[in-house]
Amino acid sequence: MIAGNTSLRDLDWILILAVLGICCLGILQIFSATSGTSLSDSWWKQILFLVVGMGLMMLVCSIDYHVLLEQVPVFYIVTVVGLVGVLLFAPPINGSRSWIPMPGGFNLQVSEFSKVVILLVVSRYLAEVRTEQLTVSDLVRLGALVGVPWLLVLLEPDLGTALTILPMVAVGTFLGGLRWQHLVVIVLVIALVLPISWFFLKDYQKARIMTFTDPGADPLGSGYQVIQSLIAVGSGGMWGKGIAQGSQTQFRFLPETHTDFIMSTFAEEHGFVGVVVVLGLYFVLLMQLIQNAQMAPDRAGLFLCMGVAALVLFHLLVNVGMVIGRMPVTGIPLPLMSYGGSSLLTMFLLLGLVQSVRLRRLVR
Amino acid sequence: MDPIERKIGAMFGSGDLMRTEGARTSGPRMLIVQGIVFAVLLFLLQGFWQLQVIEEDVYAARAAENHIKSLPILAPRGNILDRDNRIIVDNRSSFNVLLSREGLNESILPTLADGLGVDTQELLARMNRFRSRARYEPIIVKEGIDSGEVAFVEAHRGMAGYPDMELIREQRRLYPSNGIAAHLVGYVGEVSERELDTLEYARYKEGDVIGKFGVERSHNNVLMGEDGQRRVVVDNRGNQRYNIGQKPARPGENLNLTIDLDLQVVAELAMNGKRGSVVALDPRNGEVLAMVSRPTFDANKLSGRIRAEDWRNIIGDPFNPLMNRAIQAQLAPGSTFKPIVAMAALEEGLIDENFRVNCSGGATFHGRYFKCHKRGGHGSVSLRNAMAQSCDVYFYAIGNMLGIDKIAEYARMAGFGAKTNVDLPHEAAGTVPDTQWKMRTFRQKWYAGETISVSIGQGALTVTPLQLAHAIGGLAVGGKWYQPHVIEMDMKDIPVREAKWDPEHVKQVVGGTYAVVNEGGTGARARIPGIPVCGKTGTSQLISNDALAKIANKDDYKDNGWNFGFAPCDNPEIIVAVLWEAGEHGSLAGPIVRDVLKAYFDKKARVKQSPSLQIATHEAVVPPQQHTATAVAAPRAPNAGAVSEGIEAAP
Repeated sequence: MIAGNTSLRDLDWILILAVLGICCLGILQIFSATSGTSLSDSWWKQILFLVVGMGLMMLVCSIDYHVLLEQVPVFYIVTVVGLVGVLLFAPPINGSRSWIPMPGGFNLQVSEFSKVVILLVVSRYLAEVRTEQLTVSDLVRLGALVGVPWLLVLLEPDLGTALTILPMVAVGTFLGGLRWQHLVVIVLVIALVLPISWFFLKDYQKARIMTFTDPGADPLGSGYQVIQSLIAVGSGGMWGKGIAQGSQTQFRFLPETHTDFIMSTFAEEHGFVGVVVVLGLYFVLLMQLIQNAQMAPDRAGLFLCMGVAALVLFHLLVNVGMVIGRMPVTGIPLPLMSYGGSSLLTMFLLLGLVQSVRLRRLVR
Repeated sequence: MDPIERKIGAMFGSGDLMRTEGARTSGPRMLIVQGIVFAVLLFLLQGFWQLQVIEEDVYAARAAENHIKSLPILAPRGNILDRDNRIIVDNRSSFNVLLSREGLNESILPTLADGLGVDTQELLARMNRFRSRARYEPIIVKEGIDSGEVAFVEAHRGMAGYPDMELIREQRRLYPSNGIAAHLVGYVGEVSERELDTLEYARYKEGDVIGKFGVERSHNNVLMGEDGQRRVVVDNRGNQRYNIGQKPARPGENLNLTIDLDLQVVAELAMNGKRGSVVALDPRNGEVLAMVSRPTFDANKLSGRIRAEDWRNIIGDPFNPLMNRAIQAQLAPGSTFKPIVAMAALEEGLIDENFRVNCSGGATFHGRYFKCHKRGGHGSVSLRNAMAQSCDVYFYAIGNMLGIDKIAEYARMAGFGAKTNVDLPHEAAGTVPDTQWKMRTFRQKWYAGETISVSIGQGALTVTPLQLAHAIGGLAVGGKWYQPHVIEMDMKDIPVREAKWDPEHVKQVVGGTYAVVNEGGTGARARIPGIPVCGKTGTSQLISNDALAKIANKDDYKDNGWNFGFAPCDNPEIIVAVLWEAGEHGSLAGPIVRDVLKAYFDKKARVKQSPSLQIATHEAVVPPQQHTATAVAAPRAPNAGAVSEGIEAAP
């Protein structure tokens, strides 16, 4: 039930169409990449997630986001407790304690949902700051607030999710009035900390970064995925090899064809033309998110929409960049396209928030 | 709101101020963010443009290489057969199991190990050895699996938790497991990196299986086929999806040896538990009818992947089982050399058949006393007696008359001192000493006293068992030496050397060897009733008697026994030479000579009675499908039943 005098017609239908377009291409590609394998039922599972996600979006957009913002302290505490619980009790899957087994064979990824909560936290916090510019104490307090759940995510260890949280916070503070001097200082600090953090990376993470700088150095080891992905993309050419015709995909030279490397298999089978279509849909999505931000009734709404835009853009850059060898291999999925329930549901949750902001612009 | 809740809420900002209007405050910054969106999308789009449009050809070619693979079709090697087409060596199909560690669930390892019949720890160790390799790269976990294990692999392929398992077919050489004819046929192995660098092996490639020893090596060209090729579309796990063309393999050709398995088996049996060699030749054309070297080895253990333990056992054996004593043992021939010395003395006109020497148990030559092997001496002996009794003094005397260079001339004529060029690898030449040889080798003058030792086949003179059979065989047929060979060859009827010897002299020497066997001589144990067998024994010392007296463990220095026999005496068809290392006396080797000769003549009589027997028995005896060493050993040899077990049990 849409509250007050809002109606379904006021939803951002362009955004919904762009999202559905991306999801459908994703499902098609999941079908193509997994047909004939033990994962061949993935495509209809993804449809199921899509349906649930749409419902979730409608549910969230029917709630005034201010109501959600008011409950931020509760969400925050629940999230932190959840993350600590996962860290202590969840069975490790692939070396990471970030999944909670759910009935029905699904696994719930707590850190995915912590993204949503952190976005709400940042939006509420920055909306409260009434000055044009953020003071150092504002930044420190925000940093402390975000830092706790962020570190917990990092400890799981789930470097991918931890990284995706950063651009949301960055865009928020940038738009919320970050002073240029502070920006310079922060950039400098990061530049100094990055080389030191190298020593805290795990061996496989180091290998991925080394591979990024020179994929030919270890063509059968960690460079394998990158090289196979480049071959898949490049051999797709202008028009692609056709649905379920990509030899790199079908003969499984490519790893993770339906999750992290879905764009690679899509590019192989649909060519540059297909890529233009997909990137075009993402462009429409991003533009709609920005437009909704600009039309938001208040600063909190703006931060929410821009946070979602930042998240999508970052995922797009890192995932697609990886597929074409312009970014190191990280386990970051392509939002809306990659197979995976947690990631998809989180996206729809966030889109629901954006729709909620959009609907609220007419309320007052 | 209660105070606590408000306090917590304050951490996130005070709730009532959220509905701030004026979102437009950050207009210019929104533009910057939009600019970033454009930049990122253009950056990505340009990347795809670069890969898919500008460099498409490069990647299209690599994609094609990626999934079209050329797989070899391995050509089976030709079989090795005896002269009657009985199989000595053939192939059996075997499967190796490959698995990739991708998708392997560690908890199924024990089940997997059990199904493949390997030890879990061993399997784990093997996988760990390949840890640095990529996980999808398949590794061989077991070679030569049996049918049950094949079934296990087939049944569990693609099951959850199981790794990708693949069977690859390989033709493995199957040798007689009891070591029969092992030195003769040799064994195969993968061409080594060092070999590939040499000219001889330049035409082979990495991974080729080639002959390493014996006939497998010397006739590798014939036995080895040419591998074919199959172009297949494969996925990243090497699973073959479909064929897109193939070139068939050309199998290697079968190879008939001149060996007669009947004789070979008898000779093997006779050498059971002994150290040494037996060579049987047809002196009329040089065909090798049997060639035994003991101790022997199981060639199956040396072909393909060699187990470290097997290799240690073979290499660590002080008696060197890998040595083919028939062509590699270079030892003093002892008295078996005497016919050559007698021939030389007759031909040079120094003696005639009535020439006599008085043997009193020894004689002094060049200031040194040389003993006869018989204490008290043989008395006055003629050539025939001297041969029969193997009187040393007689040969000291005629050797002294000849001088070393004449002895050497006749020895070389007979084929000593040079490789016989038999078609087997690693043949040794032996040594025929003379004045020049001494000067060349030691930069010393020849001492006349040394000639005395050489006259009775001692001193620096060394020969191989094959050389002995070749030399005496050629003498026995009247001074014609034919090329010894184990594979059928052209022009085998043309002698490689011929001596213009007086047939009377040949008859006199052969007569001496007849007396050895049939007139109470040292070779009496080689006698076969009804068949005129000629022969000669020889006993050669490893060290001088003086030195032996000082050594505690005399067993290590036991005399070597030599013995040869040929028959029929006047027109020999076969000559058998036996070396029994540490056999103490040549006469003890007489039964070995006799057994082989008897087997030859028994078979000849059988074939004469019923010519069809040969083919009929061949098929009955060696059914191809159950070809085992026992089947090979089973033909009409006397005591056939005991052969395989007996030989296997040999130390």
